[in-house]
Amino acid sequence: MQGLIGKKLGMTSIFDENGRSVACTVIQAGPCVVTHVKKQEKDGYSAVQISWGDLKPKHASKAITGHCAKANTAPKKEFHEFRNPEGAEAAANIGDVFDVNIFNAGDFVDVIGTSKGKGFQGVVKRHGFAGVGESTHGQHNRQRHPGSIGACSFPARVFKGIRMAGRTGGSRVKGVNLQILKVVADQNLLIIKGNIPGYNGSTVIIER
Amino acid sequence: MNPIVKAISAEYLRQEIPDFKAGDRVTVHYKIKEGNKERIQLFQGDVIQRRNAGVTETFTVRKISNGVGVERIFPLHSPFIDKIEVNRRGKVRRARIFYLRKSIGKAARIKEKRS
Repeated sequence: MQGLIGKKLGMTSIFDENGRSVACTVIQAGPCVVTHVKKQEKDGYSAVQISWGDLKPKHASKAITGHCAKANTAPKKEFHEFRNPEGAEAAANIGDVFDVNIFNAGDFVDVIGTSKGKGFQGVVKRHGFAGVGESTHGQHNRQRHPGSIGACSFPARVFKGIRMAGRTGGSRVKGVNLQILKVVADQNLLIIKGNIPGYNGSTVIIER
Repeated sequence: MNPIVKAISAEYLRQEIPDFKAGDRVTVHYKIKEGNKERIQLFQGDVIQRRNAGVTETFTVRKISNGVGVERIFPLHSPFIDKIEVNRRGKVRRARIFYLRKSIGKAARIKEKRS
């Protein structure tokens, strides 16, 4: 597993080589410094921890400053571990730097972000329910209701996990199999086809 | 829009766009690929709107073909557009002249702007 940490900058459109307009998202990613390498024999699993985004020294805790100093780098904002498959050892050493050149145009990647918070939403928006019935024929006040949530005196309770209204969005979401349209190495940019979760400016993790 | 994102899409902007707006009559030279042959098709009509900005900007051209109204939406910066020719300047008060869809015959004419 290999990847980068970055920031979603925003969406736009570009024309591909066939002249078709393609919606795309621009991500600023890397360069990411390897701050820790976890080993099978010591930690029970093998992984590479990377870091991204400089923190002002006055905002950095001593723990983070010390941790980053081991990799000879300034204190960082974001950390993420990429786990290696069982048996494989890490191919990176502390202090290594990864940038967007680990990806090529045409690659398929997964992008993890925090989706936009939608607040308290009903079942139609939250779970895609169809609502109850029609707007005419004498019916009123239940167009977007969930309908029945269970049976009667048996089981006399509502089962756990019944989908209901509630806080929506603001959760970790992974967009899978997104194609990289373009890599702009001098500005550390990745241009990805389609959309990715979250607000502009939010932190995202790009993994292969 | 983020300046970096804007710069990315700026590469795809077309440079030579004539100045035109709703009410103008234009001819769009549109490249059409058939197999490996490429030819140019003309579409002449009145511009009824321009919408969006930047690389996603589009314009709608309306014409009457065999008594049937035909509207076509073109992405302004599409590489398929060979050329946009402005044939006539129209005098209209609106940026979106959708009322043309409801008017027939003489009422569907647009006054020419004389400078």
